[in-house]
Amino acid sequence: MTTSTDRIGGPAAGGTLRRGRRRPVEALVKGLLVLAALVSVATTVGIVVALVNPTVGFFGEVGIVEFLTGTKWTPTFAQRSYGVLPLVVATLMVTVIALSLAVPLGLGSAIYLSEYAAPRSRRVLKPILELLAGVPTVVYGFVALFALNPLLRQIWPGEQQPAFQNLLVAGIAMGIMIVPTVASVAEDAMSAVPRGLREAAYALASSRMQVSVRVVVPAAMSGIVAAIVLGISRAIGETMIVTIAGGLVSDSIVWNPIEGAATMTAFIASISSGDIPVGSLDYNSVFAVGSLLFLITFALNALSIRLVRRFREVYE
Amino acid sequence: MSTPVLADDPSTGSEVAAMLTRRRRRGGELLFRTALQLCLLIAFASLVALLAWVLIKGWPRLDARLWQNMPTGLISRLDTAGVQSALTGTLWVISLTAAICLPIGILSAIYLEEYADNTRWYNRVLELNIQNLAGVPSIIFGILGLGIVARAFGFGFSVKTAAIVLSLLVLPVVIIATREAIRAVPQSIRQASYALGATKWQTVSRQVLPAAVPGIATGAILALSRAIGEAAPLLVLGAVTFITFNPTSLDDRYSTLPIQIYTFIGRPQEEYTQLAAAAIVLLLGIVLVMNSIAIVLRNRFERRR
Repeated sequence: MTTSTDRIGGPAAGGTLRRGRRRPVEALVKGLLVLAALVSVATTVGIVVALVNPTVGFFGEVGIVEFLTGTKWTPTFAQRSYGVLPLVVATLMVTVIALSLAVPLGLGSAIYLSEYAAPRSRRVLKPILELLAGVPTVVYGFVALFALNPLLRQIWPGEQQPAFQNLLVAGIAMGIMIVPTVASVAEDAMSAVPRGLREAAYALASSRMQVSVRVVVPAAMSGIVAAIVLGISRAIGETMIVTIAGGLVSDSIVWNPIEGAATMTAFIASISSGDIPVGSLDYNSVFAVGSLLFLITFALNALSIRLVRRFREVYE
Repeated sequence: MSTPVLADDPSTGSEVAAMLTRRRRRGGELLFRTALQLCLLIAFASLVALLAWVLIKGWPRLDARLWQNMPTGLISRLDTAGVQSALTGTLWVISLTAAICLPIGILSAIYLEEYADNTRWYNRVLELNIQNLAGVPSIIFGILGLGIVARAFGFGFSVKTAAIVLSLLVLPVVIIATREAIRAVPQSIRQASYALGATKWQTVSRQVLPAAVPGIATGAILALSRAIGEAAPLLVLGAVTFITFNPTSLDDRYSTLPIQIYTFIGRPQEEYTQLAAAAIVLLLGIVLVMNSIAIVLRNRFERRR
């Protein structure tokens, strides 16, 4: 196959003269490139392999239905129970709190930057936003525990004081963390809306608010939804904030956000950083929760990739 | 992505429209605008306040003690404690991470942009796989490190393991940024090179890559700065102990700045909280300086295009 395409592609004489000198290097290089590209495939395979074996071991001892529907997570108690719902509920609670802060703030900022801000101020604000997106999450955990929570306790109106570690403060810190990400991705989507759509709307005497809300936002909708999904995925997978400020109690479902509870990631971090014997049920439970986390974020990523592709197809 | 500046130019359509509609502009317009400004203000203010608070908190401990001394678990020696082992640990881990993830990431990107046939299913799978890996929670990479690198490979809880795990974690960042940089190199440069009789690899290595260097550098810096701040996977990899020595080989145990900060946070004494704040200022200094360089580099690169 290679010889025939070669004859067609280049001058036959040159091809045969040079083949011996150059082909090995080219082939070697291509092989090396393919090898490098396969590292990322090996990573995914590695993750799946690392998760599957202990997870299968775990479900050999704990029923999958018990795991998914049980409301008690007490690996260290005498009466052992492995129901993952307390971890899932805590994760969802933090995610909802974080998103209810990050979505309005992030989208509002994005609309302002894309539709209202003067080009000059946007050239300054957008990079700062991106810079802030790079702040390590351990920093947010620290601030949540030592600055936000004391503040929250001071202004809390209810009788019951927020606990030293609680889901509400972890959610607020995570919301602040996610704002730059949501704003940045949503702004990209809105900027990609063709100028002609805006001009047509202005020509019909629309106001700036009408153009923003009725033209730009609907046109950029899949990108905006992708930004939100990305935010959800980051909130569910974030570890340091919830481990530091969210609490590590996991024995039963906590519905009150001012109490502390372990999320899925906080459980993985706290258990696996201790000394637990390899192959024990506790060790395997880390991987079972890890598998669930991987599946959830995998589904969210797939959704986000599809949405981003859709808005790219339409406008670029 | 190259039109956004134009889209907001107030001197064109929108200005005219504003003139036309001025008479019937209602309170709603103003309210909406104010609400949007408020969103941006709250977002920025809370982030800035948060950073300022850390700076104030850590200020008393922000001196040479921080990088000259080792951390300690002894309360009696707390006033001379520092984070030197974490700083050297970070340096070791990140150097090795750079040595692993940059070549692999750049080579992968070259394959995907210059060599891969996008109509083939396996290349599309490759691409989707990288996009998905970019969204996998970092703690999952810790589990990969624990199950495969530390145990199956037998690398244990060493600098080597940490660097491999962090490399795989930031690999998608390097690949995606490098691909964008390569894609931005004009096709005419490649055609000119081929016309002069260069082979594919000669064209890529002598024409395309040099032209893409600024973009690749941006991606590389962003990736490494993310690796520096990452703590979750190392938590799973057993890095949470007071390490009071600097690593001297790739097989040594280690601590890194974020991990050290995490262990300080776990201690109840106020001195540890201050020490954590000072270490955070150091960490933020490194990360934010790296990110600013990357962003400035990218903006200059984009303007030139």
